[in-house]
Amino acid sequence: MLSVFNSINNAFCNTLGISSYMQGVVVLMCINIIAVLGMSVLTGFTRLFSFGNAGFMSIGAYAAAILTVRYNVNFLVAIILGALAAGFVAFCLGSITLRLKGDYFLITCLGFGECVRVLFNWTKNLTGGSAGFPGIPAYSNMLFSVVCTILAFFIAWRFIHSKYGRNLTSIRENEVAAQAVGINAFRTKRLSFVFSAIYAGWAGAIYAGYLMYIVPSAFNLGKSCELITTTVIGGLGSLTGSVLGAILVTVLPEVFRSMANYRMLLYGIAVVLVIMFKPTGLYGYKEFSLKRTIAWFKNLGKGKDKPAAAEGKEDK
Amino acid sequence: MSKNVDKTIPVLEMQGVDKHFGGVHAIDNFSVQIKHGQIHGLIGPNGAGKTTIFNNITGIYVPEMGKILFNGQDITGTPPHRVAQLGIGRTFQNIRLFANLPVLENVIIAANKDATYGFMDALLKTPKYKEREKALEEKAMGLLKVVGLADKTKELAGSLPYGHQRKLEIARAMALDPDLLLLDEPAAGMNTEESLDLVNFVREIRDTFDITILMIEHHMDVVSSLCDYCTVLNFGKTIAVGTPAEVKADPEVIKAYLGGTV
Repeated sequence: MLSVFNSINNAFCNTLGISSYMQGVVVLMCINIIAVLGMSVLTGFTRLFSFGNAGFMSIGAYAAAILTVRYNVNFLVAIILGALAAGFVAFCLGSITLRLKGDYFLITCLGFGECVRVLFNWTKNLTGGSAGFPGIPAYSNMLFSVVCTILAFFIAWRFIHSKYGRNLTSIRENEVAAQAVGINAFRTKRLSFVFSAIYAGWAGAIYAGYLMYIVPSAFNLGKSCELITTTVIGGLGSLTGSVLGAILVTVLPEVFRSMANYRMLLYGIAVVLVIMFKPTGLYGYKEFSLKRTIAWFKNLGKGKDKPAAAEGKEDK
Repeated sequence: MSKNVDKTIPVLEMQGVDKHFGGVHAIDNFSVQIKHGQIHGLIGPNGAGKTTIFNNITGIYVPEMGKILFNGQDITGTPPHRVAQLGIGRTFQNIRLFANLPVLENVIIAANKDATYGFMDALLKTPKYKEREKALEEKAMGLLKVVGLADKTKELAGSLPYGHQRKLEIARAMALDPDLLLLDEPAAGMNTEESLDLVNFVREIRDTFDITILMIEHHMDVVSSLCDYCTVLNFGKTIAVGTPAEVKADPEVIKAYLGGTV
């Protein structure tokens, strides 16, 4: 099945003339988009900060890798199980930590991410330890990653624009008021946390099938920070903003290859600039709309910056 | 609107409720009985423990002693979201709206218990989902009409003028289909004319929805014209109970407010 699947992708890419380098960039972009979408639901819509989502990515990646290599599980099933494993761990962790207020949740997530990394380093028999886990079948081609990303965006969009999303945003806006209208804050936050972990696990499972070789150190604190900064740059409370942020954060380092070593430094600067000049991010609290973008460009031509001024009013 | 409950038993009954904060006795042996359809006022100087009583009813605080009964059911120590689901809506002294969300969505969120569809319904936009969402929107629109905000549904709640924000908070509380509405200083920051409007508005809400209201209020004219009964608190202690006219004449009350003997 895998070979048929890959040849479809190759035929597709050959007809469109997409080089294998470009394919790789697109796959990495898709992985980032999926992980950041999960982060966006958690941070942008629920206002919970997790510095442990790289940990959930690694759970998804290792689960999918071990299942496909050791147990010959079909890769589609392995990806689903990997994502669900991450979600299950988040459910357990959230049940304990989400009753804590604000900062404590953040700190336990940070600790959790590091724990998972150390654990995978340590369990050599199962994960190969710090030497890495090799021989994962190459199931994550470009076509598959793009399809996954579209599906992930679709699910997140419907989720956010239903009662679930509304309940999450009510927690973000005012937790006391949300409870006063009958919303179970704890369970709502846990749902958001599980959702983001499933997305992180999903992204991790695709990552494993793309690199074919994973090491625990790829999912360090830096990766978690990258996910959060991407979400903030893209815009809190906006799914399209998160996609845009993830695309920028993947593509820009490729374009400016020579500066790739300063990636984290540039992220830091970008976050400071965003917080100073546009605290809601590129697309804070609103979704991308073609109509508004055209209107914005038209106004730009006239020298009147009306939509931008309107945005400024919302910035608190 | 009101559910099938026995209207002869008190909607809210508090028996000997006690709450301390460190050394401060915030409420001391507080008891009250509110019958169906009444508007009951809770008055007293700042720091008398009025909001603490609200927070005990709605489960934000758990009383150390005493019992709180809602429609005959013991709700002492029930978590806030459960209290709301049982049918107690409230507003806040310092308005707490979902400020970055549109007016309509503020009310729809509060009607979330009517959104009885599952994750797959939302994912696939099944007929069930569409039907429930439409019903939610209609309900919210209906409530916004009652409070006179039907033409402001798309505005952000935080951008509304103060008086409208208070009304939106009431509409949001009403989306719970409550039997009991707790209003925390609804006339705060209003002038005489506005508070007169409010009196009519609250009475209208009570009559339209056939509910019971417990309200904290400082404006004596609002209390006199609106409340059937009131309880006066001072330093957590109940110093008078009765009709507004009775408590106004009570020497203890005059002493608490004017700080001297008569």
